[in-house]
Amino acid sequence: MRPPILELRGVSAGYGAIEVLHDVDLVIERGQVVALLGPNGAGKTTTIRVASGQVRPTTGFLHVAGRDVTGVSAGALARAGVCTIPEGRGIFANLTVRENLWMATHGGPSLGEVEECTYARFPRLAERRTQVAGTMSGGEQQMLALARGLAVDPVMLLLDELSMGLAPKIVAELYEQVAAIASEGVSVLVVEQFARTVLGVADHTILLANGMVRWSGATADIGDTALAEVYLGQGRSADPTPDTTTSPSPGGTAP
Amino acid sequence: MALELKSISVSFGGVMAVSEVSLALEPGRVTGLIGPNGAGKTTLFNVVSGIISPNSGRVILDGHDLTSTPPHRRARRGVARTFQRLELFGSLSVLDNVRVAAEIAGRERPDVVAANLLEQVGITGRADSVAADLSTGSARLVEVARALAIQPKVLLLDEPASGLDEDETLRLGRLLRGLAADGLAVFLVEHDMELVMDVCDVLHVLDLGRLIASGSPDVVRRDPAVVQAYLGVA
Amino acid sequence: MLALLDVDKLLTFTIIGLSTGAIYAIIAAGLVVTYTTSGIFNLAHGATGMLAAFTYWQFRFAWGWPAPVALVVVLLMLCPLFGAATERFIMRGLKGTTEVIRLTVTVALFAGMLGLANWIWPPDGSRVAFRRFFEGNTVPLGGINVSWHRVITLACAVLVAAALRYIMFRSRAGVTMRAVVDDRDLAELNGGRPDRVAMLAWALGAGLAGLAGVLLAGEQQLNIEPLVLLVINAYAAAILGRLRSLPWTFAGAALLGLLDSYYLGYLDGRIIPSTMFGFSLNGLRASIPIIVLFIALVAMPVSRLRVGAVRFREKHREPVWSTSLLGAVLLVTFVIAISGMLTRANTLLAINGFVFAIAALSLVPLTGYAGQLSLAPMTFAGLGAIAMAKLPGNGSILTLAGAILIVAGIGAIVALPALRLSGVYLALATAAFAVLVSKLVFNQRQTFQTGNIDVPTLAIPFVDIGSPRSRLILLSVAFAVLGLCIVALRRSPLGRRLIALKDSQAAAATLGMNLTATKVAAFAISAGIAACAGALVGDKVSPQQYDFLQSLPVVLLAVVGGVASVAGALLGGMLLGGSLVLVILAPAMTNISKVLPGAIGITLGRNPSGASEQIAENFRALAGRWGLISVAVAGGTGVWFLANRGIISNWSFVFAIAVWTLGVVPNLPALAERFDRRTVSAGIWLAAGMAAAAFIDWGTAVGSSGWRLLVLIAVVFTIGPIGERLLDRSPRVRPGSPDAIGLTDDLTPLEVEDAERRIGVVL
Repeated sequence: MRPPILELRGVSAGYGAIEVLHDVDLVIERGQVVALLGPNGAGKTTTIRVASGQVRPTTGFLHVAGRDVTGVSAGALARAGVCTIPEGRGIFANLTVRENLWMATHGGPSLGEVEECTYARFPRLAERRTQVAGTMSGGEQQMLALARGLAVDPVMLLLDELSMGLAPKIVAELYEQVAAIASEGVSVLVVEQFARTVLGVADHTILLANGMVRWSGATADIGDTALAEVYLGQGRSADPTPDTTTSPSPGGTAP
Repeated sequence: MALELKSISVSFGGVMAVSEVSLALEPGRVTGLIGPNGAGKTTLFNVVSGIISPNSGRVILDGHDLTSTPPHRRARRGVARTFQRLELFGSLSVLDNVRVAAEIAGRERPDVVAANLLEQVGITGRADSVAADLSTGSARLVEVARALAIQPKVLLLDEPASGLDEDETLRLGRLLRGLAADGLAVFLVEHDMELVMDVCDVLHVLDLGRLIASGSPDVVRRDPAVVQAYLGVA
Repeated sequence: MLALLDVDKLLTFTIIGLSTGAIYAIIAAGLVVTYTTSGIFNLAHGATGMLAAFTYWQFRFAWGWPAPVALVVVLLMLCPLFGAATERFIMRGLKGTTEVIRLTVTVALFAGMLGLANWIWPPDGSRVAFRRFFEGNTVPLGGINVSWHRVITLACAVLVAAALRYIMFRSRAGVTMRAVVDDRDLAELNGGRPDRVAMLAWALGAGLAGLAGVLLAGEQQLNIEPLVLLVINAYAAAILGRLRSLPWTFAGAALLGLLDSYYLGYLDGRIIPSTMFGFSLNGLRASIPIIVLFIALVAMPVSRLRVGAVRFREKHREPVWSTSLLGAVLLVTFVIAISGMLTRANTLLAINGFVFAIAALSLVPLTGYAGQLSLAPMTFAGLGAIAMAKLPGNGSILTLAGAILIVAGIGAIVALPALRLSGVYLALATAAFAVLVSKLVFNQRQTFQTGNIDVPTLAIPFVDIGSPRSRLILLSVAFAVLGLCIVALRRSPLGRRLIALKDSQAAAATLGMNLTATKVAAFAISAGIAACAGALVGDKVSPQQYDFLQSLPVVLLAVVGGVASVAGALLGGMLLGGSLVLVILAPAMTNISKVLPGAIGITLGRNPSGASEQIAENFRALAGRWGLISVAVAGGTGVWFLANRGIISNWSFVFAIAVWTLGVVPNLPALAERFDRRTVSAGIWLAAGMAAAAFIDWGTAVGSSGWRLLVLIAVVFTIGPIGERLLDRSPRVRPGSPDAIGLTDDLTPLEVEDAERRIGVVL
């Protein structure tokens, strides 16, 4: 049996003295699309940063295609085919669209190929090829960021909050492209806050909270109610009524 | 009316981070601000505390227009804040972090003030350790104590509960209610929904830089637009 | 105004101005390229050009190589190699350090290169002349004759502009440089190699500096300091380009060149008189670029408060009263005890060491606490010396107080416009101030009238301070008192505010702290202390002692010693004084003492908290462990006993004590922790080191006492750290090697296919 394309084994990681991830296990099989969901501060972005080589786990291992690559630089992983679109606009704001695409060629493909592929998928970017990327709209910027992931023909695509700050219509458009590339057999790890958006794309879902995996399984097994519980915190106790009346009386500040 | 925001808009490059946001904070109340990542919550906080100036709109505190007042004068008028990515004075001791704030505010016996505040937020026994060595949870509480040391009228808390354990979160909730009861206007950005639902009197929901819902937590939670914003399009 | 109608004259001065501007442009362009890609403002950039000019002179004129060969070797091989090596071995280690450290390391490089040039090419008048390209040949241009050298200079600038434009926009490497500037992490996620890009940028920058240096030497001849300082003028051009924009940098350089040349042609001595209100304006022309630099800096837009506290590698502690008082008493007692045994020359050196130490102390509140780098401590010391000499009272305590207040006031006034700036811009503003004061104030009849002034000795009632010995004691007392003042400051509300300013400006401002007022206070205090370094000197002083270049080693060694502590300032000042001691002990050491400060400073990347902090950290581990302390004392006593009985020589005693205190004792806690193979091997190593230190007769084994000192340093720094390494228990983790799937190097498509087939990546 071929080893999974990406695997985090018992990973704990953080920044300085602050540990964000606690003993996280995560497996992405070849061709799988995995959604990593959870409220803010759950450690989703840190998970992506570990998987992309930007953060070195304090304990645990990162495996790519069955090989231990713990501690390998992000650039090396990128050139090996692990393509990461980071949170926030993953573009160089002061470079033109074309120069941005040029930067995607470090992994192998020529600028011509990258441009061709990008403009075919996002015709809007072709019109803006000489425009400075930072002056485009949020949606166009994110298209450009995603374009790199599509054009470099990656082995593994890591997407961090593609939808952040974008209108639903544009988000839907972006995820059509993700679904398309997934259907070509590329493994994808999608981190999202817009849970429902990615549920249509992902085969497998992992729910992360407080740096630990809370739920993991086939996407089909997760329902909206369960999601809403995690996100809006309605279900942690059996009684769903919000309780503002039992807040402590004035002066009740001592522990 | 302690603090009023009047149609605040902020844009970065081609992206609108906050657009036409108006809201008011009242003394004695905890006002919550929630919304998905990138909704513009921290940007709004930066506008209120004066770290960035809005493209348009006004910030008014007790009838004074603060829109073009520099951060340190706003603080003296009673606006205090904590930071999402911690901004403790790392090379000072925990006590000195709070003490220096009390000194800046010109309070009597700053060391006593600081010690009392640390006790109030539940940091005991670590007053002499270097702030850089604190865990996230403790560091957040120290930031709250430090903000309180300047005796603010308005307290802005940017994700104070992230990194806190369940006990600490409960205690933070009680602390916030107590502060509001003492007449402080508390403005809370937080992702721990349980805490938000527990302590907030009013809740505003920000999405794509716009206010999409306002009201009591109970009402907001059932608002279909809010569920939509969090869960995305079907 | 009639003069303006003279077209030939206008053209002549325009061309002269543009060719000067061309050189500035080439230097500044290199500076901008390295700064933007690596975030390090290379103060040594000009020194690189200077060194290149000397190397070219060596090949071309001293050894008679053909010009093209010499040019290719210097500009296309040595300079880029030097730049790349600088990035790889020095600058890359500076990640995660403060801007102060990064700037200081380039100061170290600057000092080191200056020393190296002085060593290899000692200044004497008997050198073969540095001739311009095609000396004597001119080209007629619009009715005037322009020298070939100027034409070549102009052509070089145009070529450089075109080449940079092409590289930055038309080559992937150049676009990657710009991408790294934009977002380093993202560039790496794209598969780019930011480190390699930075190396390329440094290579390019050094090449440009070299080109400018060679062109400039043709105009100015080979003199180290003028070459280096003229290059500082180019910083103004880089600042006009906001350290980002190359076109604006070129425009700024042209402006500076033209200003200089038109001033010479039209204003000097005509519109602008040579004296005004009795003050000489001779230095004005040379100051123009500095004035422009100052104006450009002050006109910079205010930077937004940066949110997102950065965790730095430096660690400092609050000083404790008991230790500080003990230290102050010990210092003065020690100085009194040894002062009787010193020769007159050594006493003067020790006085010098304390003067430097006080100047370094002035950086503690400003740089150490508030995190603002000043490159002008000696300038303020010079102002203090003038004030002490000129103020009435003939050196009474009141005169001193007046001098301190005046200089502190000047410090505050200078700081005020510069305060909107931070980091590298602020440091440059202080450098500009230092050069301006040297050129416009220190050369006045009213300040250093005959090139020297007598600074009166501080008059203390009932105490006679006349002899060098009593001056030395006075200075040690002054240092101790000022040091205690700094300790008091650090423990006061203002001290906490200064630290808050350094740690998080965003938090400090949103708590109501007036950042500007706090920075002004820091500057004023710093200037006041620096004034003492000048005012207490009690001797004849010359303006050269307070030159901008004199401030650099002080800043450097203060940071090396540990700029956030009084002990660090003392250590730094004494190191600087000490490198002079080396010269006295062994004339052969003169050259080594020139490069020593630079060489020490370059190690800052590894130990950014400074040496004093490192030493203190080692000894802190012993605190409260009486068993270990008694072992430490017993060892020292044992060595003393051996020497006392004449079993070992005096030099061996010095070696053994140094190795014991600095090498063995810090390792004792780890050694005592447990008994296993590691501790046994470390123990054997340390014992062998001690035996070697004690029983080799160093007095005869090594020739001169200067070399003995160097060997001593080498021995201590070999034995201690190796012992530490042997005891180190932290696991060494190595990244897994991803060779088979091409994770580190680009593989050819064929290799990739093969590798993928073998490990099954292909989907």
